[in-house]
Amino acid sequence: MRYFFAFLLRYNYYFLFIILEVIAVILMVRNYQYQSSVVFNATSEFTGGINNRFNDVAQYFGLRQTNMALAAENAKLRGMLKESMRSQDTTHFSSVDTLLKQQYNYTPAKVIHNSVNSRNNYLMLDKGTVDGIRSDMAVIAPDGIVGIVSKVSPHFSWVISVLHKQTKISCKVKKNGFVGTLVWDGMNYHTATLKDIPANVLIAKGDTVISSGYSSIFPQGIKIGTIKEFKVDKGYNFYDITITLSQDMNKLAWVYVVTDYFKEEKSTLEKFTVDE
Amino acid sequence: MNNEVLKNILRYFLLAAAQVMVLNHINLVGFLNPYVYVLFILLLPFETPAWLLLLAGFGMGFTIDAFTNSWGLHTAAATFMAFSRPGVLGLITSKKEYEPGIRPGIRDLGLNWFLSYGFFMIFLHHFALFLLEAFRFSEFFPTLLRVVLNTILTLVICVLVQYLFTRSKK
Repeated sequence: MRYFFAFLLRYNYYFLFIILEVIAVILMVRNYQYQSSVVFNATSEFTGGINNRFNDVAQYFGLRQTNMALAAENAKLRGMLKESMRSQDTTHFSSVDTLLKQQYNYTPAKVIHNSVNSRNNYLMLDKGTVDGIRSDMAVIAPDGIVGIVSKVSPHFSWVISVLHKQTKISCKVKKNGFVGTLVWDGMNYHTATLKDIPANVLIAKGDTVISSGYSSIFPQGIKIGTIKEFKVDKGYNFYDITITLSQDMNKLAWVYVVTDYFKEEKSTLEKFTVDE
Repeated sequence: MNNEVLKNILRYFLLAAAQVMVLNHINLVGFLNPYVYVLFILLLPFETPAWLLLLAGFGMGFTIDAFTNSWGLHTAAATFMAFSRPGVLGLITSKKEYEPGIRPGIRDLGLNWFLSYGFFMIFLHHFALFLLEAFRFSEFFPTLLRVVLNTILTLVICVLVQYLFTRSKK
């Protein structure tokens, strides 16, 4: 036993190194495999506070663009108001409320931390469980999709950005409805890759790509981007399509978190089907 | 000695704050980002005990991780960098011996010395960091390109920071 301790003491430098690295790797693995909400809850109120304060200063520099984006969106929404519509048939107009049931609701949130330069990028929002945010909710911006909520504390939430290794978003080419998967290769934050579109489908540069609505996270029809270029590698039956993301991920100021009122019903049904 | 400890603690806070608030928001060409917080580990005095060196690297990486939600990533890379520091110092021979009182840095040991020391250390750090981040060997060569370009960027900024913030020897 004495020799054992002498041995430990002699090589303490290496042992300490190994112990510290093991701690780091455990942290990393925990983070990838499931929500490390315990550590997150303990630290997010502090780091969130600091990120928030920094953002209070930093957002002044982007006020001009933010105002322009907001004004543009206001105009677009104004165009959708009931007042902007012309009713063709007054007898049906009043029955709209019973025919339509609200499925999606949007919570505006301020982006207080954002990155685009890592292999795996995250955003932090200033809304949390208190504001009704839950994990796995979709996050969108005026010009396109942004990411998926991963962890939530009472007042803040972390969002896995589209610019992430694990990104797999079901989307489709708008003009013909063929469905593919969106992934990100980690190099350029303006572009992403669309996979699984069969090579016999006719597509062209500039075609719009929207969310398919199959994944039960993103609503259908949210704009994702346009086709920048595409090619078919020899011997493959699928396109390799590069997409220009319509939302500039480096200029996010305000985003919307999407609440899906039917999500629980959908996932219960899904679970039920899997159990059969 | 006390003065030296205080100076390093102050440097830790300043570099961590600068990294989190300013440098993490720089995106050159879309994916290059300087990680200047490693300068803290580079400039620790030669007399720092080995265990303290490791803990300093661990603490610095952990701080950066906490702000970017990349748990363990910077921690592992910075600890690895601290671990390899004695080895790198042994490799790089300087004309001057590492006497007590001499500190690592451009002021005491010159630009040439710092460039080779810094390049080795930053390369090791970035290599660990980006490889752990990608976590797959299929992306090895794109990752390696990132490592090299990023190392050069970080090194340049580390050199500039030293020229800006250290008083020259009289």
